[in-house]
Amino acid sequence: MAEMDTSSGGGHKKGPGVKKAKKLSTRVDLTPMVDLGFLLITFFIFTTTMSQPTAMKLFLPKDVENPDDQNKIKQSNALTLLLGKEDNVFYYEGELAPDASNFKSSNFKDIRDVIIRKKQAVDSNLVVVIKPTDECEYKNVIDILDEMTISVVKKYAMVDISDVEKQLVTITEGAAGSK
Amino acid sequence: MSRPKIARKSTSIDMTAMCDVAFLLLSFFILTTKFKPSEAVTVATPNSVAAKVAPEKDFIMISLTSDGKAFISVGDSQGDKEKKKVMIEEINTRETLGLTDAEIAALVRAPFVGAPIAQLKQVAAIPTEKMTGASMPGIPIADTSNNQMVDWIRAAVVAYQGEKLNVVLKGDNVAKYPAFKNIIAALKKNEQFKFQMVTNPEAVPQGTYLWNANMAGKSQEQL
Repeated sequence: MAEMDTSSGGGHKKGPGVKKAKKLSTRVDLTPMVDLGFLLITFFIFTTTMSQPTAMKLFLPKDVENPDDQNKIKQSNALTLLLGKEDNVFYYEGELAPDASNFKSSNFKDIRDVIIRKKQAVDSNLVVVIKPTDECEYKNVIDILDEMTISVVKKYAMVDISDVEKQLVTITEGAAGSK
Repeated sequence: MSRPKIARKSTSIDMTAMCDVAFLLLSFFILTTKFKPSEAVTVATPNSVAAKVAPEKDFIMISLTSDGKAFISVGDSQGDKEKKKVMIEEINTRETLGLTDAEIAALVRAPFVGAPIAQLKQVAAIPTEKMTGASMPGIPIADTSNNQMVDWIRAAVVAYQGEKLNVVLKGDNVAKYPAFKNIIAALKKNEQFKFQMVTNPEAVPQGTYLWNANMAGKSQEQL
């Protein structure tokens, strides 16, 4: 191991009875330094997050004034998702029944199964209509758009919510909250 | 007959070479790591499975904070700064704000624009380092009749005339939907139908359609 030579320097000759100082090696044991080096490397590697942000593309439709010019979709192929507050998702297939019997509530975990089931049922003609309410968060919108990518739904649209649907969402959320 | 004696070798190895390697790697990692640029506006972006990397230059970024404020900024490159100058000059002439050249330069230097157009003159006097997302009022977007994001996007369209305008939206997790909707409305008004949303990467859940497609070697764009 490395040791400092503390014996007096200077080349003066020592007396006859004095032993000659042993010449010590100048080599230093570098093992601890290597340990330290690799420790730092591992530390830096683990604390560095590979945070290259990604970007999701979104294509907006042109606003069409004339309702006749709008794309018509077959009701049976449609799935409407409504985004409520606190990560609630509601959905109905086809047209909303007057008594709201096909209005179901769900959440972000189960909605994927709903989409996949519908997709299998209509054989890739699926059109998903996304209607976010004013209470829902930006994250919810991104999440639901992401679900479209995950389940490879090619046709989807973000549409403003109607008053009837808004009321239904509020009522259902209120009922769930009182439980 | 005596066997030749095998010299007993020391078991200690010279560590110098290994030490060199360790520190070489260490310095390499430290020097190549790019620090996250300190952001004047803090935005926690949501996760998505999108695989495309967000652009690093030639874009205009709309930031939407958790408290619903909107800010507009451009990339860091010199070209982007020039575009920002054109944008501010455009706003200046359109709204007859009477900004001086020095004020325009100050606004261009600022990391973002986050105030109503009428207040730009006062904002130009605020030093850059004191400008934070929390202290600025944000661009008014809540009111559909006075959605100033429309003016900013229009100015951006003018600045990027003849070039591709990349609009990047960076929204916070908990930003409310109406703010997002108003930004979309502002983009639509200026006929900007394509935009990108900044997200953090996330793994594709197993067993889904996309996952199966990825396993089959198809990218998201091919689907």
